[in-house]
Amino acid sequence: MPAGAPLEDELEVPERRQSPLRMTVVRLFRHQLFLSGLVLFGLIAVVGVLAPLLTDINPNKLGMRTRFQAPDAAFLFGTDNFGRSLWSRTVWGAQLSMMIGLSVVLLNAVFGTLIGALAGYFPRLDNVLMRVNDALMAFPAILLAIAITAVLGPSIVNAILALAIVYIPRTARIVRASVIVLREMEYVQAAIAAGAGHWRILRRHILPNAMAPLIVQLSFLFAYAVLSEATLSFLGLGAVPPTPTWGNIMAEGRQYMVEAPWIITIPGIALMITVMGLNLLGDGLRDVLDPRLRIQQ
Amino acid sequence: MAGIALRRLLGALPVLLIVSLITFALLRLIPGDPSSVIGGPSATADQLAQIRRNLGLDEPLPMQLVHWYAGLLQGNLGRSLLMGQGVVEVTFERLPVTLGLSLYALVITLVAGLASGIVAALRQNTWVDQLAMMVAMLGISVPNFFLGLLGIIFFAVKLGWLPTGGYVPFSQDPWEWFRTTTMPAVSLAMLQMGLLARITRSTMLEVLRQDYIRTARAKGLPGRQVVVKHALANALIPITTVIGIIVSLLISGSVVTETLFSIPGMGQLLTQAVLNRDYPMVQGGLLLTTVFLVLVNIMVDICYAFLDPRVRYDGK
Amino acid sequence: MSLLEVRGLTTAFRTERGEINAVEDITFDIDEGEILGIVGESGSGKSVTALTIMGLLPQPPARVAAGSVRFRGETLTGMSEPRLERIRGSGISMVFQEPMTSLNPVFTIGEQIMETVRAHEKATPRELRDRAVEMLDKVGIPSAAKRLGDYPHQLSGGQRQRVMLAIALACRPKLLIADEPTTALDVTIQAQVLDLLMDLRDEFGMAVMIITHNMGVIAETADRVLVMYAGRIVEQAPVVRLFERPEHPYTRGLLECVPTLEQDTERLAAIPGSLPEPGRRPPGCRFAPRCRWRIDACRTGLPPLVEQEPGHASACIRAAEIAAQIGAA
Repeated sequence: MPAGAPLEDELEVPERRQSPLRMTVVRLFRHQLFLSGLVLFGLIAVVGVLAPLLTDINPNKLGMRTRFQAPDAAFLFGTDNFGRSLWSRTVWGAQLSMMIGLSVVLLNAVFGTLIGALAGYFPRLDNVLMRVNDALMAFPAILLAIAITAVLGPSIVNAILALAIVYIPRTARIVRASVIVLREMEYVQAAIAAGAGHWRILRRHILPNAMAPLIVQLSFLFAYAVLSEATLSFLGLGAVPPTPTWGNIMAEGRQYMVEAPWIITIPGIALMITVMGLNLLGDGLRDVLDPRLRIQQ
Repeated sequence: MAGIALRRLLGALPVLLIVSLITFALLRLIPGDPSSVIGGPSATADQLAQIRRNLGLDEPLPMQLVHWYAGLLQGNLGRSLLMGQGVVEVTFERLPVTLGLSLYALVITLVAGLASGIVAALRQNTWVDQLAMMVAMLGISVPNFFLGLLGIIFFAVKLGWLPTGGYVPFSQDPWEWFRTTTMPAVSLAMLQMGLLARITRSTMLEVLRQDYIRTARAKGLPGRQVVVKHALANALIPITTVIGIIVSLLISGSVVTETLFSIPGMGQLLTQAVLNRDYPMVQGGLLLTTVFLVLVNIMVDICYAFLDPRVRYDGK
Repeated sequence: MSLLEVRGLTTAFRTERGEINAVEDITFDIDEGEILGIVGESGSGKSVTALTIMGLLPQPPARVAAGSVRFRGETLTGMSEPRLERIRGSGISMVFQEPMTSLNPVFTIGEQIMETVRAHEKATPRELRDRAVEMLDKVGIPSAAKRLGDYPHQLSGGQRQRVMLAIALACRPKLLIADEPTTALDVTIQAQVLDLLMDLRDEFGMAVMIITHNMGVIAETADRVLVMYAGRIVEQAPVVRLFERPEHPYTRGLLECVPTLEQDTERLAAIPGSLPEPGRRPPGCRFAPRCRWRIDACRTGLPPLVEQEPGHASACIRAAEIAAQIGAA
């Protein structure tokens, strides 16, 4: 909006004095996309956490007499080629997805922040760290993850490790960018001049202010992690069957997709809800926390 | 322009060096003895020694590194255990298939992504905008293999319009190529299309706010010319930078898509290599694909310089 | 009939808290060849007035809520976009405050001049080129023919504002609106650009509406002055009269702190307080909270713009007293 912009600024009424955190929360809860994301993702997260309460059937319990049951009252989501309850498998799959996503996010939060902060704060380390970072980012994400799981062997832990290795450089780059800007701020320079220790400056002055872009990145990262892990599982490179990850369920259901389309459709929709919820959450967080931030990979 | 190309190529050398080192290290990260993993439990001691010799794992590490780089310089990445052919030869056999599919998907991505992003920006906050952004959100949220599976069920099995899978080379029968690759290309393109539509929209909105757009309107230029000429020429500059990311995602995505639709490209090759523990193939395929992507990014940089006179002139 | 006739113009913006009038009941004329200065603090509605005349405000959120703008007898308010496009750039042109960002970075300056002409006139490529060279020459860009292929980033701020003038004048408009044309420039360059503007006015014979917050610029250029405050015209007079016998306390405040071209302040220190936000304007006279002449009556009802003498109007209930005091001093 060309000319209206200065006027709009003046029309902006300062919100009542409240703590910044509370104001952020209030704005988030007024943000429709954020709320719809929260509902979608929250649904899957709650189902994942409550998995033991929601299912009375072992997700791997075979039932040769109940194979290929379409969804009905007895089997809410139907059964697969081994007669296993898809309700049970999908619910446990939600728990696995949440665990995997959360693990990748936590590893990124710790190591991405550490590497990014070191590179951004110490110019001497920057060159070395960022070269390695650039090289890791040059690999196509999924291909590198596949190669790593190929080497380490298929398992949930290895999938988490592979995805962490693939995405940490991307997180580190974002943290580094904020740290470089913050480092040049006057209050930080003043703290350096006053002789404050590096660790203290990073912890007290820089990292708290670098949080906004990081949080946005992590919420999108959660989505990529869930999506990528499903892809690895689908290719047979994630958790070993019969572990009920969504990717595994879909890979097994692929053969029967014409006769029993629910086997792939149900976990597929669950996956979609999760990823879309997280993307919406990320969009909302970006709008509220860091409007200048562009869509990151 | 040649200066920029040369500078970018030189700048990419350290990255390529580290990429090749990481790729080299990958095989050495295999827990335990790689030869026994490859040979399986029934392999005899002789067979294991043979495998080690073939992979060059019987030498000390520094020598392995020397051989690795000597091989790279000669364009030799070892032999595929599964196919018995050189890794480079196999790759170049399969690469055109993947490139054709990716290019098709890239065209879909660019046309649909740019168009919907631009229209959404021009009709900001209308139902057109909301629809375009909903489609984009679906695109970045629905895994491409799920989309592919749904496509197979619907278009191939229920309607019978398209084959469920398989591949016919373009040189053999362009129409059949088109029929076999359309569903894979569309399901592959959705993610990138969503991404591009979102970026295009936000970039266009940003550009439309700029002072020079107001100048163009104040000059009395027709509205269409303001958008197509003045706004788009500027918006394309930042959009160009994501083309590299988009190509990278397309290559990543083709791994799954090719496996799903039984298309004999690089992606399928690599998946099979991984499942069969054909490590030299995994290693070589990963390295070649990555080198290809680095080259794509250099080309993107050159386009960027071409589009932005500020960079073009400073580059002199 | 004047060249430009603005009658009771009210432009409203839609905001979260309902519609708010950015400018209200604006009435003035500009005659052929005249230079009208509009002065006021930033946020007083000067730019909104100009952009409403040009039809350049995004609608929504903006809307002409009342009044009209007529240019050479044609009503611009409510005119269709294609017809407005024909008038913009050829009948009325505009230059903006930000020369650094007002030119498109990816096109040459030659192209940006030529496309303006192309949009309004039939001309061969040869004629277009000649016109571009001529215009660059007129605005004082040395060796103009060689500079056609330059990109904006290769020019200084002052040169860019000259190019903006070349673009604005390329189709010989009858009215040029200059919105803070020198504010973003270095002090020495400011004087040069103002001189250039005056020379071009003499040469092309167009009318100029110059918008500024700087009384020094007004003194240097304007024939007649409008003073705006919080979206309304508070005083209107020929320039000499305004400087000699200001009637509105706000005008007096502006004059007391006349910044010279050298010394420039956005916020005027001599007047305490600041412009009220459009959504929180006080009842009665909008200047009252900051006015040292205010009396209780100022709080009741907007003071109308009253012509005290022909050509001199002000919106203050104590205008006569204030003027008399100045006369006595």
